[in-house]
Amino acid sequence: MTVYSLTAHELHEKLKSKEISARELARAVLDRIEQLEPKVKAYLTVTAEQAMEKAAEVDRRIARGEELRPLEGIPMALKDNLCTEGIKTTCGSQILHNFVPPYSATVVEKLDREGAILLGKLNMDEFAMGSSNENSSFYPTRNPWDLERAPGGSSGGAAAAVAADEAVFTLGSDTGGSIRQPAAFCGVVGLKPTYGRVSRYGLVAFASSLDQIGPITKDVKDCALVLQAIAGHDDKDSTSADVPVPDYTEVLGKDIKGMRIGIPKEYFAEGLDSGVKEKIEAAIKQLQELGAVCEETSLPHTEYALPAYYLVAPAEASSNLARYDGVRYGFRDTEAQDVISMFRSTRSKGFGPEVKRRIMIGTYALSSGYYDAYYLKALKVRTLIRRDFDRAFAKYDAIVTPTSPNVAFRIGEKIGDPLSMYLSDLYTIPVNMAGLPAISLSCGFSEGMPVGLQIIGKPFDESTVLQIAYQYEQSTLHHQARPALEVR
Amino acid sequence: MSISKKDVEHVALLARLEFSEEELEEYTKQLNDILGYVDKLNELDTADVEPTSHVLPLNNVLREDASRDYLDNETALKNAPDKKDGMFRVPKIV
Repeated sequence: MTVYSLTAHELHEKLKSKEISARELARAVLDRIEQLEPKVKAYLTVTAEQAMEKAAEVDRRIARGEELRPLEGIPMALKDNLCTEGIKTTCGSQILHNFVPPYSATVVEKLDREGAILLGKLNMDEFAMGSSNENSSFYPTRNPWDLERAPGGSSGGAAAAVAADEAVFTLGSDTGGSIRQPAAFCGVVGLKPTYGRVSRYGLVAFASSLDQIGPITKDVKDCALVLQAIAGHDDKDSTSADVPVPDYTEVLGKDIKGMRIGIPKEYFAEGLDSGVKEKIEAAIKQLQELGAVCEETSLPHTEYALPAYYLVAPAEASSNLARYDGVRYGFRDTEAQDVISMFRSTRSKGFGPEVKRRIMIGTYALSSGYYDAYYLKALKVRTLIRRDFDRAFAKYDAIVTPTSPNVAFRIGEKIGDPLSMYLSDLYTIPVNMAGLPAISLSCGFSEGMPVGLQIIGKPFDESTVLQIAYQYEQSTLHHQARPALEVR
Repeated sequence: MSISKKDVEHVALLARLEFSEEELEEYTKQLNDILGYVDKLNELDTADVEPTSHVLPLNNVLREDASRDYLDNETALKNAPDKKDGMFRVPKIV
């Protein structure tokens, strides 16, 4: 296997034994990026020079005989809604096309301190609003398994980069499935941690009560290692929870005999593609083989999660995105003569259609006379969705579902119909509404495209989710499949 | 509930957006589709249900009232589309 295909924990051994240098490794992945980007288009910015400098620093540390931390010297990349000091951060939007943050997100600082090497910033749906990366205002990213298909979204660039071996791991953000759905579509591992587990400081806000940063990796062990590096309380984010962070690698390899897993019947109803269903059922059988007790359960308010989400998320977004007014940063329409026209024309030219659509829904839902009927109603339904999960977790250690009702769709297939696009997040959205941790990992292929298995855990119990995911992965080895991207 | 083109125009003003005649037609249709879909929530009786605006029990986080270094003026203005004398410059307001 070529060096760029390896996982972070495999590469760590090679760096430690001096079989490869950090510079050779960074160069190999940067070359891979150069070769594949014309096809995949996962990156918006590549920071090759800084990456090579940082790799040289790591090599000097290795030469001095200093102990190598798990992610030290590992080439990675970040979704372009994570602020990076001195490096352009666009959020996939024209309105931030020239924005260079004066500070870095907490997760970025943490990874930097761990010695991980930043290769660049990744394409995404504008302001993380979308499920296909087609809402990027620069260009759509392609799915490495089939370049005619979408990589999913909104962290489409982050998932495609890992699948195409253009980064060893990446960070994405997940508001309604934006880490898990693209991870499923691209056949990689993606984890949305519990709300509050990871600091959101420096993540450009979409819907503040739902957003969470998480890793996208080539296997479950890497996922545990990256989560370890980014988790924990942060004074700069008052919604980051002051809850102890366990050693996530400790549970890897522990068996799951007797573990109780709930299978919610609502996730297998109408709308689930038959090829996906078959793979998920096979995965459940495999979990039983491994000793887990899988039982059918019910989350009765599942069908209400999507409509509630499409009020809550746009309402929060309309408020968060009010700051893009052309005054302090980003694009400004200079033709306007007065300040209100400047705001309106700046925002109308700077935002793309989906972002405007959501700002409109959110503004309407929060406006006088409609607040109770829409926004408040959605918050009450959110309580019902949480209670469903509370009841299920009184009985089960984890819940297993498909990540998405279908495999990756074709680019252009759903872009004209917002509602049908929203439906591809049907199984991921309830998890954000309840603030729970959930992982997606590959459980095989349908129509030649990867199928994602979702494992949902109790609040702050990422360990159980990782434990189950690891057992499943190691017994099936679906994660070893790689797309055939011939390099000419 | 259905939303008229006039409502859409009003909401656009509140949201500080503006649309062409054609876009107004399209947004009116799409917003009606989406609002029609979310009307599904009315199937549920939520009279006695408390709203969840946030999943975590949030408390105020207080720190000592002491000054700290933050962005200096130059850095804070670095991304400004227009600036003058250490301030953001905008078109005339009044």
